[in-house]
Amino acid sequence: MIAIIDYGMGNLRSVQKGFERMGREAVVTREPHTILDASKVVLPGVGAFPDCMRNLEEYGLIDAVQKSIASGKPFLGICLGLQLLFTESEEFGLSKGLDIIKGKVIRFKGPEYKDLKIPHMGWNSVSIKRRPPALADVPDNSHFYFVHSFHVVPEDKGVIATTTDYGTEFVSSVWKDNIFATQFHPEKSQALGLAILKRFGEQKG
Amino acid sequence: MLTKRIIPCLDVKAGRVVKGVSFVNLRDAGDPVEIAKAYDEQGADELTFLDITASHEERGIILDVVRRTAEQVFMPLTVGGGIKVLDDIRNLLLAGADKVSINTTAVLDPEFIKAASNRFGSQCIVVAIDAKRVVAHDPDFKPPLKWADDPKYKDLFLSESAIGNPQSAMWEVYTHGGRKPMGIDAVAWAKKMEEYGAGEILLTSMNQDGQKTGYDLELTRAVSEAVSIPVIASGGVGNLEHIYDGFVKAKADACLAASIFHFKEYTIRQTKEYLKERGVAVRL
Repeated sequence: MIAIIDYGMGNLRSVQKGFERMGREAVVTREPHTILDASKVVLPGVGAFPDCMRNLEEYGLIDAVQKSIASGKPFLGICLGLQLLFTESEEFGLSKGLDIIKGKVIRFKGPEYKDLKIPHMGWNSVSIKRRPPALADVPDNSHFYFVHSFHVVPEDKGVIATTTDYGTEFVSSVWKDNIFATQFHPEKSQALGLAILKRFGEQKG
Repeated sequence: MLTKRIIPCLDVKAGRVVKGVSFVNLRDAGDPVEIAKAYDEQGADELTFLDITASHEERGIILDVVRRTAEQVFMPLTVGGGIKVLDDIRNLLLAGADKVSINTTAVLDPEFIKAASNRFGSQCIVVAIDAKRVVAHDPDFKPPLKWADDPKYKDLFLSESAIGNPQSAMWEVYTHGGRKPMGIDAVAWAKKMEEYGAGEILLTSMNQDGQKTGYDLELTRAVSEAVSIPVIASGGVGNLEHIYDGFVKAKADACLAASIFHFKEYTIRQTKEYLKERGVAVRL
């Protein structure tokens, strides 16, 4: 069973529907024991970084996230669920993250963004640097749906799975041990997005 | 590279698509869920539902449409029409909408956009603007807005000399489907809405809407250059060159169209192939 962590941020139903379409049972939950019992865990999320961290704390879910990752079972982060894994974010001053992957979350900025809109919103292509199991069916340079104004900068470039070009070449997904986490939204990316959810659902812990 | 988005728009009334749609091979041409699926299969980048249901009692129907569509379609879904309070947004997001589009309520109460973006995040708040090229008002015209005299908003209003000058490249915000002028400058309004947390602007030219002679390129470009959030061009598409112009000449980030897709004049795929051949980045 797949546990989708519900901490009051974002449209979780679409993630659940995506798994169901791929023949996988998924529950939306904020019960720590359900998360710990699940064979796979998904951390989704949209909104602001500090709000997301605060909600995770308020619902008492930080421990469940850390234990799930430490247990070695497949873990999927989506959008904010990628960013939260990092050390800190510069969204609204400086906010502490879960610090599971060393690095920062920074805003798209600089002269190269003079003619680029922020948020980075829409379908952009990903260049595959390393291929985690979840990307098994995804051709290089496939398009996925993005909507975000901040992006991750890992200290260890070895965790990068894909990069995407928007003003700069930014990290659009990371793969570290049992963690695969994407800046884009597989659940909003039609057939190729569902292919990611399918492969993730098939992984063994 | 970020691709340009093609967004079909469906007008939904009491749970049915209106304005006519003539797809083949659909069990029910008026069912928004079936039509959404067809556009999904053609590779639409997003889908917009505009709920034109008149009565508040029927609000629940659009929630059911959104819920059933979100079961079937895995792409971003925007829903507009009739949003008056924050709970309307919450209910649409819970039903499966990714974004909501707000028009009249933003004009009546600009602070609503601040509250909505603070609570739900800018990424899901689209401000829809219906704009018309300025024409002279009645002599006794006053903006019909409670906040019209608030000094912090004074720069939003068109000057009477601009309104009286037919040469002015200026546009006025209208509500009620283009019937009621608000005295507000559309470009200044778009900037204010960005400042208040809108994540995107859906810009409809009331002059061009339904004309099939192309978007108002001057308007679209003026707004797109004035704000740093994405702008969706809307109103007036009759052929694929109009969409090309919307992206290339008017700098729109996304193009919305209804009838050319509904009546099968062009498929989404044809549209994207046309654009790609002409050097516009699209997702095929």
